[in-house]
Amino acid sequence: MKAPAFDYAKPAHLAEAFALLARYGDEAKLLAGGQSLLAALNLRLSEPSLLIDLSCIDALRGITLVGSKLRIGALTTHTAIESSPLVAQHAPLLTLAAPHIAHRAIRNLGTIGGSIAYADPAAEWPTCALALDAAIVVASASGERRVAAADFFQGLYQTDLQPGEIVSAVEVPVRAPHQWCQFSELARRHGDYAIVGLAAVAVRQANTLTQARLVLLGVGAVPLRAHAAEQLIEGKALSPARVDQAVDALRDSITPVADLTSSAETKRHLAGVLLKRILSPVVSGV
Amino acid sequence: MSSNRRNLPPVTGHDRYIGTSASRPNAARLTEGRGTYVDDIELPQMVHVAYWRSPAPHARITRIDADFARLMPGVVAVVDGAEMAKVCKPWVATLSHMVGMKSAPQYPLAMGTARWQGEPVVAVVAQTRAQAEDALQYLVVEWEPLPAVVDTETALDATTPVIHPELGDNRCFTRTLDTGGVDEAFARADAVAEITFQFGRHTGVTLEPRCQISDYNPSEKRLTVYHSQQAPHMMQDLYSRQFDLPESQIRVVCKDVGGSFGIKVHAYPDDFATVALSIMLGRPVKFVADRLESFTSDIHARQHRVTGRIAAAKSGDILAFEIDDLTGIGPYSMFPRTSAIEGNQVVNLVGGPYRHQQYRARLNVVFQNKTPTCQYRGVGHPIACAVTEALVDAVANTLETDPLQLRRQNVIPDDAYPCAGISGIKFEGLSHQACLDKITAMMDYPALRREQSELRQRGVFRGIGFAALIELTNPSAAFYGVGGARISAQDGATIRLEPTGAVTVMVGVGEQGQGAEGIFAQIAADAVGVPMSAVRVVTGDTDVTPYGGGTWASRGAGIGGEAVLLAGQALQQNILALAAAILKRDAGTLELVDASIIDATSREAVMALSELGRIAYFRPDTLPPGVAGELMVTRHYAQRDYPFIFTNGVQASLVEVDVDTGFVTLLKHWVVEDCGRVINPMLVDEQMRGAIVQGIGGALYEECLYDDDGLLQNGNMADYLLPMAAEMPDIDVAHIETPTRSSKLGAKGAGEAGTAGAPAAVMNAINDALRPFKASVYSQPITPEKILRALGKV
Repeated sequence: MKAPAFDYAKPAHLAEAFALLARYGDEAKLLAGGQSLLAALNLRLSEPSLLIDLSCIDALRGITLVGSKLRIGALTTHTAIESSPLVAQHAPLLTLAAPHIAHRAIRNLGTIGGSIAYADPAAEWPTCALALDAAIVVASASGERRVAAADFFQGLYQTDLQPGEIVSAVEVPVRAPHQWCQFSELARRHGDYAIVGLAAVAVRQANTLTQARLVLLGVGAVPLRAHAAEQLIEGKALSPARVDQAVDALRDSITPVADLTSSAETKRHLAGVLLKRILSPVVSGV
Repeated sequence: MSSNRRNLPPVTGHDRYIGTSASRPNAARLTEGRGTYVDDIELPQMVHVAYWRSPAPHARITRIDADFARLMPGVVAVVDGAEMAKVCKPWVATLSHMVGMKSAPQYPLAMGTARWQGEPVVAVVAQTRAQAEDALQYLVVEWEPLPAVVDTETALDATTPVIHPELGDNRCFTRTLDTGGVDEAFARADAVAEITFQFGRHTGVTLEPRCQISDYNPSEKRLTVYHSQQAPHMMQDLYSRQFDLPESQIRVVCKDVGGSFGIKVHAYPDDFATVALSIMLGRPVKFVADRLESFTSDIHARQHRVTGRIAAAKSGDILAFEIDDLTGIGPYSMFPRTSAIEGNQVVNLVGGPYRHQQYRARLNVVFQNKTPTCQYRGVGHPIACAVTEALVDAVANTLETDPLQLRRQNVIPDDAYPCAGISGIKFEGLSHQACLDKITAMMDYPALRREQSELRQRGVFRGIGFAALIELTNPSAAFYGVGGARISAQDGATIRLEPTGAVTVMVGVGEQGQGAEGIFAQIAADAVGVPMSAVRVVTGDTDVTPYGGGTWASRGAGIGGEAVLLAGQALQQNILALAAAILKRDAGTLELVDASIIDATSREAVMALSELGRIAYFRPDTLPPGVAGELMVTRHYAQRDYPFIFTNGVQASLVEVDVDTGFVTLLKHWVVEDCGRVINPMLVDEQMRGAIVQGIGGALYEECLYDDDGLLQNGNMADYLLPMAAEMPDIDVAHIETPTRSSKLGAKGAGEAGTAGAPAAVMNAINDALRPFKASVYSQPITPEKILRALGKV
């Protein structure tokens, strides 16, 4: 299929992009890596009159340490995150998750800002952002604001992004001492959107986890925190029995949305398996 | 590859290339992106068509309003079914030897009623494809939904609507086969197993989609069609008949073809529609299917529900098989090969490797409102093999016999040929025992069983699965010709000596990426006696090549290759006769080796081939009186000794099943195959590997998923899961060579056996892994969810 005709602009500065957004409103779409948008255009699922290509805006680039935050510019590709020593040091969850994103060719072009703004509930970055309690930095003509990941993702492909706003960066709190993190997902083929996935972040001492944030992908309209399971393990020495309780709590607390080949029941089961596999090594204190 | 070279006598006096992994001459062009696919071709005055396709599985079209669409930029024409029917006759796809088979007339564009989601209804032609798609959005088509036949199980029920009322019911074809004695065999059996299998509808996904340029030139009433197709002469004949044009006025050209797998051997409604548009407009029209169109309009295949039973004695002897196969084929039998062949093959092939004496089969082929199905790589073999081999494993388990040993005991022995199989199929010569021996050694079977047992103690569940198989190749006219289909069972090759000593080879069988042109060059080089670098192969042009059937049923090497061999050897004889006349010697004292005419005794060169070419073409005045060089030779070959030349082989799969997640890891795959004489071991190995991967696709991943209303849910490459490299196992390939005596070359087909056996081997391996849980899965594709359900975990 061929995309319907559209105009194309490639601003060099955010201010120009804001001006275009103001002029075109809903008729404009922002283009970053294009890994979701271009397919949607070719399928005629989206018919914008203007594409605003952000790729020349330097303000959206770069991975920098700013105080206690790691700021990852919106245009940073999945590959750049995957191979960044700064990310590996300060936000290792992202390093663990990156290889699960699609295939190398897509990771070379797709961006974290695009993934966050698109807000696919089966995507890795929104899930990691929530697990890490990251802030989404949103820029507009009137300046920047920061939205906690928990507030940013509001529904299926729906975010807190307002008209005229652009995701400019993701700010991740740098790794605390004793931070423990894990990422795991189950996809029938490597690189597919997973049936279910789990990002886990906590402070670990021996076989005890505190401040645990367990976030599931692929089970709901947004990345989903497993509060019940978190509460069950919070501050307790993990035993096999407690892990099983947490798994049961997790399964009881979610109502997954089926995909084409996995029912809600299967997703619920698999989410529990992932949690058990992530927590079991903690039990032994290894 | 495990080399089994080579006890076979040479084919020619000087086999230099036959039997070697010579590089394919077209590899550089294709890998450097210098191929010419249909979409690379631009013609003057060319316009583009996009089709409005039915959004519903069954709908009455009540109104088509094209006024706005015609006003859109670039639009040249908007044509509906009734207008097109004035140009192109309808067709009914049946074969007379499939007794009782019926189908309904089909038109290029739906006539009033659309019968599957994706059926072309209206053609919109514009200066560009994008403009045609823009105009499609302004085409108003009003339609009323009609009740759809979705479930094959109820397609024949009295309460189910009949898709074509004039046919009386939704049955396309039915067949029963009964050797007699089946009930008695089951009654006296010590072990009986019964399994119901489900096979998911899937399709062959080609890198290059179906595409075509039709160029009708009204000044000479001549039609040229550039087509991504496997059978150019077949299409020439069909266009001739449906459009009432002499076949000599039709040229079908297949340049590079980006994969086919059987998908491109059928005549699609939009093929005829695009030709009709070119005739109506008097200018070239290009159609290139996009991926969504491919998923809803390329043929599907393999949707079967089979209930199978096996009976065996305590001794381990298999006594009988019985099957009941129900398959849904969409609303029409596909033109011209028909959609009853796949089910018919299942009936013919179940139990094929074994020497039991009782067999009963029942087949029902039914219409439904889904994309038409037809022949796709392996045609029926993957179904028959999976049914047979799963039943063999099940009864081995009941008898507590090793499944490999049970196969060894029951295969038709290698010294029993020629003989007939239980369904009446004729076998010339197979090597089941030799293949089983070889694979046992290759995989170190006893060690694998020991490892499996040890790992189970540690909660790791691995499984080993086998698939013995037969594959029909090198078909005679029994396949289609005797049933009235004008599909050539013979093929031809023309070889021309050029003045420099180079040779040009024109073959009716074409190239779709499998390396056919490469082996033709190998055979021609050896047959004539020139280096491969001096051979140019031309295929895919009905104006140029001898008449032939093209690529299907694994016939390219065995039929096309034999024609090349015969033509090459005849040309060599003519060259030597001419050389003898020039040199005033007896032709019997001369040989042609490496483009040089040599003395057969001293092995010394006496004349370069280029010198002979120079004399023959530029100085015929110097030839003795009455001597003329016939330096362009055509030979044809049709396999007439057997209905088909069967091949055989065995595959084994090693898998690990994660019993918590239902995920399967493919650890290793082995195959020993016997395609007769191996012309190019590398190409045969890669045919096997590619076909095995495609078979694994059907076993684990690929399925056209429809909802209960008959709507396709996964018509894209994200949701339709093709097998990808990361999940594929290493595949070890070895060969046994039992040449066919029906040809000089001795080659049988090698293109489909991999697909035939892989689903059975993988399914058996998974069920072997699940055996400690007394769980099993017989529904393909085998998804994690199906395994979890079998384990009772969800």
